[in-house]
Amino acid sequence: MLKQIEGSHGVAEAVALARPEVICAYPISPQTHIVEALGEMVKTGALSPCEFINVESEFAAMSVAIGASAAGARTYTATASQGLLFMVEAVYNAAGLGLPIVMTVANRAIGAPINIWNDHTDAMSQRDCGWIQLFAETNQEALDLHIQAFRLAEELSLPVMVCMDGFILTHAYERMDVPEQALVDAYLPPYEPRQVLDPREPVSIGAMVGPEAFTEVRYLAHAKQMSAIERIPQLAQEFRAVFGRDSGGLVRGYRLEDAETVVVALGSVLGTIKDTVDELRDRGVKIGVLGITSFRPFPLAAVRAALAGAKRFVVLEKSLAVGIGGIVATNVRLALDGLALKGYTIVAGLGGRAITRASLHRVFGEAIADRLEAVHFLDLQRERVARVLEREEAVRRSGPIAEGILKDLGTVASRIG
Amino acid sequence: MDKPFAITLDPNSSLANRTGSWRTKRPVYLDRLPPCNHACPAGENIQGWLYHAESGEYEAAWRVLTRDNPLPAVMGRVCYHPCEGACNRGKLDQAVGINAVERFLGDEAIRRGWLFERPSQASGKRVLVVGAGPSGLSAAYHLARRGHEVSIFEAGPFAGGMMRFGIPKYRLPRDVLDAEVQRILDLGVELRLNCKVSNILETMGEGGFDAAFLAVGAHIAKRAFIPAGDSARILDAVAVLRSMEGEDQPMLGRRVVVYGGGNTAIDVARTAKRLGATEAIIVYRRTRDKMPAHDFEVEEALQEGVMVKWLSTIKQASNGGTLTIEKMALDQHGQPVPTGEFETLEADSLVLALGQDVDLSLLDGVPGLVIEKGVVKVNAQMMTGYAGIFAGGDMVPSERTVTVAVGHGKKAANNIDAWLRGETYEAPPKHELATYEQLNPWYYADAPKMVRPMLDLIRRQSSFDEVQGGLDESTALFEARRCLSCGNCFECDNCYGVCPDNAVIKLGPGRRFRFNLDYCKGCGICVAECPCGAISMIAETT
Amino acid sequence: MAFQPVKFYQTGTFTVGNRLLDEQQRSVQAQEERSNSLNSGHRACQGCGEALGARYAIDAAMHATGNQLIAANATGCLEVFSTPYPESSWQIPWIHSLFGNAAAVASGIAAALRVKGRGEVRVIAQGGDGGTTDIGFGCLSGMFERNDDVLYICYDNEAYMNTGVQRSSATPPAARTATTMAVGAQPGNVFGQGKNVPAIAMAHDIPYVATATVAELHDLEYKVKKAMGFHGARYIHVFVPCPLGWGAASQDTIKLARLAKETGLFPVFEAEHGEVTSVSKIRRPIPVEEYLRPQKRFAHLFGQEPAAEVIARLQTIADRNIKKFGLLDAAA
Repeated sequence: MLKQIEGSHGVAEAVALARPEVICAYPISPQTHIVEALGEMVKTGALSPCEFINVESEFAAMSVAIGASAAGARTYTATASQGLLFMVEAVYNAAGLGLPIVMTVANRAIGAPINIWNDHTDAMSQRDCGWIQLFAETNQEALDLHIQAFRLAEELSLPVMVCMDGFILTHAYERMDVPEQALVDAYLPPYEPRQVLDPREPVSIGAMVGPEAFTEVRYLAHAKQMSAIERIPQLAQEFRAVFGRDSGGLVRGYRLEDAETVVVALGSVLGTIKDTVDELRDRGVKIGVLGITSFRPFPLAAVRAALAGAKRFVVLEKSLAVGIGGIVATNVRLALDGLALKGYTIVAGLGGRAITRASLHRVFGEAIADRLEAVHFLDLQRERVARVLEREEAVRRSGPIAEGILKDLGTVASRIG
Repeated sequence: MDKPFAITLDPNSSLANRTGSWRTKRPVYLDRLPPCNHACPAGENIQGWLYHAESGEYEAAWRVLTRDNPLPAVMGRVCYHPCEGACNRGKLDQAVGINAVERFLGDEAIRRGWLFERPSQASGKRVLVVGAGPSGLSAAYHLARRGHEVSIFEAGPFAGGMMRFGIPKYRLPRDVLDAEVQRILDLGVELRLNCKVSNILETMGEGGFDAAFLAVGAHIAKRAFIPAGDSARILDAVAVLRSMEGEDQPMLGRRVVVYGGGNTAIDVARTAKRLGATEAIIVYRRTRDKMPAHDFEVEEALQEGVMVKWLSTIKQASNGGTLTIEKMALDQHGQPVPTGEFETLEADSLVLALGQDVDLSLLDGVPGLVIEKGVVKVNAQMMTGYAGIFAGGDMVPSERTVTVAVGHGKKAANNIDAWLRGETYEAPPKHELATYEQLNPWYYADAPKMVRPMLDLIRRQSSFDEVQGGLDESTALFEARRCLSCGNCFECDNCYGVCPDNAVIKLGPGRRFRFNLDYCKGCGICVAECPCGAISMIAETT
Repeated sequence: MAFQPVKFYQTGTFTVGNRLLDEQQRSVQAQEERSNSLNSGHRACQGCGEALGARYAIDAAMHATGNQLIAANATGCLEVFSTPYPESSWQIPWIHSLFGNAAAVASGIAAALRVKGRGEVRVIAQGGDGGTTDIGFGCLSGMFERNDDVLYICYDNEAYMNTGVQRSSATPPAARTATTMAVGAQPGNVFGQGKNVPAIAMAHDIPYVATATVAELHDLEYKVKKAMGFHGARYIHVFVPCPLGWGAASQDTIKLARLAKETGLFPVFEAEHGEVTSVSKIRRPIPVEEYLRPQKRFAHLFGQEPAAEVIARLQTIADRNIKKFGLLDAAA
């Protein structure tokens, strides 16, 4: 059914259609609207049977989810940013225990400085935790990925993180096709746990494992995630068969035919990039786009295949590996081992900084001309940075950087002072 | 379930890990000798019969008791219960009233008519027992239960010996004594009364006896030289007490003086009181704490109005009943020495209670016998110097109590039985003594000793009714359950419960426990928390 | 109503079993067929109070629920010694997730059981004092506040033993630990404000809160059984001596627990809906010194010059408990 609704609400409806049995909620922007909607559905009885638990922290949210999942319930939670970091210990634990929890991460920057706006730093910080990470490009895809995520998680006994850009997607009202319950039921069978806490067949879950078997346990976790590389496209195909639209998969190319330059990105920014590429194509520039949906497992072969014919690639990513540059870019480079492509990393959209077509035209142009620096910070206000660096050089007690910048802008501190 | 590798484990799989290998010390169950058993002159398995009494299984308790002592109703009245003196519970609150429970069981047996089991086989041997006192009856009982044919030759007109002629009725009612004697006779023991043995070898020869046990009591009063007028009425205690069993009660008068400090002196004074004496005065040369009589008996006598002149000796008894008393003083060794101070005391009669001797004339002419200080020497098997003749009770060097005598009877019977088979009796080895320090008294419930009822004072002064009453079923049960079971498992399940490694296997009621050394780490909690000290740690040797 | 001890029958209910009592009056631990939820082969130290307390509590819970039980376990000694790969000592469905989240994991299990219509299966969370009073405190409070249907059992051995005896918020004043060494002007742990988690649990007004020790098995079993009679959040704080961490003899585990209670240092009580409903009276009053002296963690108080002032302060703590909870009978 087509609805004009907020992204968060669409996701909440998708989660509800998946018939979750336990939902743990702790508020943090920008995921809050999702669990609010779910809470209401549970309270009205629209979503039943389901336990909606207001917990006291994200750490508790994931911990309750671990318990519920281990006891055989289909379990869901959502978080973002600091919340994700606060639950990290449990995030790793859920993966280690092989519990098929589905969690929405409404991507948001990590402080300090505290910032509620979108980038991918939160999700990227958890890229090695053992969860499958799927990135939605649109609200529709976010909705669809949640349905796929439960199936994927439960088939593999692995938790799945569905990442959607905070505010940009979560708070955007768009037309969304919310599927019928019957179709979702047809696609997603009831949860059949691989292991479950049950007095009828007691097991001890969560043993301490020493050097004699730890490597094997980790290898098995890796092997299991790698098996998702095959399964994710199959599930996308099956999804198409049931629901009649493309959603999910490992990667999605756009105008890659004869592209000499390929822009690689994750999430909602792909829309802006595609618009820019369309305009460049109109001007005859041989440029295409590769969207990565499955960041973990990372589809090395698919990325390599998509980029093999190009001359250069430009990774535009909303995250920064401080001290080296790009995170996605590093992964992409691994896929291209031995190929003679030039590669550029564009760090963009941090903390909600707008990514405009104008800026993209500029940097893509520089890349095509091979004039772009290897790691480029999109729209970086260089004068400001320079002033801070200068001041730090000169003054020992230079104060917090953010405050310094605001001072320079003459916005806050000057008025107070 | 297809379980995730390593992270998910099968339940109970740790049984593969034998933590017993950590151990440097191991616990062992043991049985220690309870102090009550250790102290009992009759060799009773007191803790053993209390165990059954605790459960309310009184007949079972009585049967365990009478394996060693056939006279519980008597013993429960007249025994001076050294068991209670040794009882570890005395260090906790008050000793278990073993004697009271024993009396309850004895009375219960009489009331319910419980009988001894007769032996399944006859040995074909004949044993003569001389004297139907406690040691003779005890020996006869044990010998009869082993299948021997036993005849008791008793010089007196009744069975019981000193139990009858030395202990007043108010301490031992005669129906109780008669019932317990009869039960022994019911085993097939022959009793010949008024049958004094004057020559043991002759009697044995005539009767065709294979062995003899001599158990003649000390019925001859010791005399002291007291210058006395012709008409002074001076009696001996044994005669006074003996005459109480006849039809004519002794004539003691209104003022009776008893000379001596033993239990017999007390008995005579209390008897005199009951016979109507207005004054019964004991004259004793030392102080109360030096008095050989048991303090509780002294106390009871005092309650009944008996008076005692301490530190006094009788120097003279003149005609007209005036006694001259010399005051004594104790020297630095506690010995009484004369002070030269005199006083007089009026008395209608003076009863001497200065000890008794045994009539050993029946042994005249028996070769090999050694007699010293009026008693017969016996070896460790209680056999005299003449093979086949054994002796016990008052006849041998020992403390003269009913309980000791009963113990002699049992010991002699064991040895006679072995000797008759051409063997030497070997007593089973004794366990180490269970001390208070080995107990964990925390676990025992707080439980005050049950008090036996006492006859009211007026009736004690005027009748021969039994002074001390018995416990009833509920109080006897309570008292039995005060037993700490020192040194022997009573299946409280503590070891089974407190082991952090589940290394104690419970074998079921009556079967106690076993250590599972595959898992026992040797922590020792079971030892520390065993209430009764029935577990010990020993070093691992390997 | 509090546990009513049977006062006589030789040992009454002081011992684990008692052949003179009715079967129902004997403890679960006395039964030949007890569940041994935590079975042999675990790697706890000799004389481990926690291993004992855990078996006592879980067996009692198994008995009370007809073996319909799932447990979530915090990281710590109990977890490590019971489930090192490849062997588990548990005979019940059991999960270990993290150090600080046992209460939350249990909440999740309870939620799953509720939604699946398996209300007959009951949930226990358990952990040591570190996992309960420190790192797991947030989750614990959350579980209480939501009144989730979980019985949380804290096995309190008064320090982080698994990591090598470091101070926790349950470590008593003056006690030596690896992070409160017996050196300097004020050796051992500081005299802080204390952190009375049973009282904090009561402040949540949850249906049932109790304390117990491994020295009083019948009381402990009674409380576990009683706790299983309630739905909602419940908390039992069990005092479990640690021979290794306390520097005590391995056979003294139960004795020390008994002394802790008898001195008044560890008040044993129960509370319903935030109100104390009964206390376990002191049976044989003793000064704290008798409890402190056998433990090496307090050895610095009994050197050549005994720290009389420190001992007196500890006695004050005991006396305050005695007064506050009315631990002494009027007669005693």
